[in-house]
Amino acid sequence: MNTKVNIRQADTADIKEAPTPVNQTMVEAINLALAHAMEEDENVVMLGEDVGANGGVFRATVDLRQEFGLKRVMDTPLAETLISGITIGMASQGLKPIAEIQFMGFIYAAMEQIVSHASRLRNRTRGRISCPMVIRAPFGGGIHAPEHHSESTEALFAHIPGIRVVVPSSPLRAYGLLLSAIRDPDPVLFLEPKRIYRAVAQPVLDDGKALPLDTCFTLREGSDLTLISWGAMIQETLQAANTLSEKGVSCEVIDVASISPLDTNTLECSAVKTGRCIIIHEAAHSGGVGAEIAAHLAEHCLLDLKAPIKRVTGFDTIMPYLRNEGYYLPSVERIVDAANEVMDF
Amino acid sequence: MNRTYDFSVNATQFIADDGSLIKPLPSTVDETILLQAYQEMVLIRIFDQKAIALQRTGKLGTYPSSLGQESIGIAIGLAMQACDVFVPYYRDQATQYLRGVSLTEMLQYWGGDERGSHYQNCTQDMPICVPIATQFCHAAGIATAFKIRGEKRVSVVTGGDGSTSKGDFLESLNLSGVWQLPMVMVINNNQWAISTRREVQSHSETLAQKAISAGIPGVQVDGNDFVSLYDAMLTALKRARAGKGPTLIEAISYRLSDHTTADDATRYRSHDELKKGWDREPIKRLRDYLLSLNLWDPDKENQLQEKVKEQVDNAVTAYLAIQPEPATAMFDHLFKKLPAPMQAQYDEVKRLHLS
Repeated sequence: MNTKVNIRQADTADIKEAPTPVNQTMVEAINLALAHAMEEDENVVMLGEDVGANGGVFRATVDLRQEFGLKRVMDTPLAETLISGITIGMASQGLKPIAEIQFMGFIYAAMEQIVSHASRLRNRTRGRISCPMVIRAPFGGGIHAPEHHSESTEALFAHIPGIRVVVPSSPLRAYGLLLSAIRDPDPVLFLEPKRIYRAVAQPVLDDGKALPLDTCFTLREGSDLTLISWGAMIQETLQAANTLSEKGVSCEVIDVASISPLDTNTLECSAVKTGRCIIIHEAAHSGGVGAEIAAHLAEHCLLDLKAPIKRVTGFDTIMPYLRNEGYYLPSVERIVDAANEVMDF
Repeated sequence: MNRTYDFSVNATQFIADDGSLIKPLPSTVDETILLQAYQEMVLIRIFDQKAIALQRTGKLGTYPSSLGQESIGIAIGLAMQACDVFVPYYRDQATQYLRGVSLTEMLQYWGGDERGSHYQNCTQDMPICVPIATQFCHAAGIATAFKIRGEKRVSVVTGGDGSTSKGDFLESLNLSGVWQLPMVMVINNNQWAISTRREVQSHSETLAQKAISAGIPGVQVDGNDFVSLYDAMLTALKRARAGKGPTLIEAISYRLSDHTTADDATRYRSHDELKKGWDREPIKRLRDYLLSLNLWDPDKENQLQEKVKEQVDNAVTAYLAIQPEPATAMFDHLFKKLPAPMQAQYDEVKRLHLS
């Protein structure tokens, strides 16, 4: 599968003024952001399975223990409930812990802690105790991983009030959004699309500049059709936009980035502008974040729409093992087909 | 390789069920602390009776009585230092009171007002934990923060016998040993997790022996004997503060009440068993001991009852006078700053309820 694409205009425009940006993959940009945050704030600590000596199974935390020591980069017992639970306790004491759950497929043991405690500690104490923590988890398919390693279940967490769910789609946004997540005084679930950990590289300047949370990013402006996506699927979405552009269809591409809370304003404005929307996500079709976006747009922009909103998504099946995962993941062709259907409506 | 490992669990009791002394009091205990403990236990029992009465008359939500467990909470609260952090479960009114949570705040919480967890006098303590055993992980995280910062503080966490069946407890116990955390875990073994008996939770002879698997000290005490738990707490806290690691304490008690006001324990336990439970109860036991030393008498008891009832009544009056928060309060502390995408929902609630 070819997932490598050119850097888009929006990003290159951002970095033109940067003095010496160095080409980084997403996983390297994440490592840069983690190191930067630990350097600037001694309260930032890291914990998880294999994050220390091994530098994480994807190497996102590589070299951090050597740089910041055992007290700040902690290998924990293999216990996701514990990891998320002690992260809450540490956060309650003013530390800014960043926990890594090795794969999102293993996060379910941590759900009770995230849903019942992290998300509501500030609210239940009426602001007396906050929970400034980040849980990082690689997610999504397409890397030929074994069972329980490829699911995209961001919608499970997007439904929970009190936590932010953030998904970067490029090295630049991974760097800027992760810094924001760490600096934020509330809990953030930072989901890293591992299919593009190394598939995309772009110049990233380690300048400590954060990108805003709760905001969609418009990656490409257009007038005929809005393509809405996030994470790794941005790659196929941008390729589809290129293909459609060659056929004379002007596509606006929106990277949702903050799955929750959802920047509905940007989405609405684009839907009103183009009158046609397609939502592309890797997660299963039913009950996904796409359904939320479609419902919102139908509720608020129905009379501005020229065609029904379409979703191009994974299927309501278990994510297939590596041999068949290509059948599950939305392809450029499926997006283009959906676009043709919407344009011809 | 043939090798046998020997482990044992110490069980301690100083004052017997009938108020007589089994062995000399430890040096950590004097008359002043015994008298204070007794008076605080009486206060919590009167408060408990009042809270149930409020619930029965529709002025309080579901409430978990601490009847019969007063000495556990008071022993923990009197042993802890102000700088420590208490991580309570939902039947910890006694410790919370000693930590500085006001009776009014407790009523506010059980009356359905989140401001009841905005403790004015112990801002570092965690709020009550309702899910089972999840709080043990928080306590381990808090102790980790103390260790990282080199602070001489201890996190003290409590849970019922049912909580020892959950992974959260076992994972935290395990970590506390690996990282030698400044942490004291107290299991309030009151024999019942709603209708589930202690024997159904674990086949192990004691709950204290779970500490053995974590490589840390585990002790069992008579939780209805104030002296036993108070002394064990002081020892555990001292160890933790000195950097010598965690302790697990199993305090044997008996839940004389229903699980909560929504429960009816007559459905699953016998009258005879409950009657035996009353024979071991902590307040009468300590009073009998104090009476035997001539440290207490009926006049003092009457004065105490009067004083405590007035204190509780004042708390109830203050609680009933509290005005509810505005409808928009549900948004105010969800995040530190309301995310822009949520503004429309906030405005809708404001329009519906505040205009």
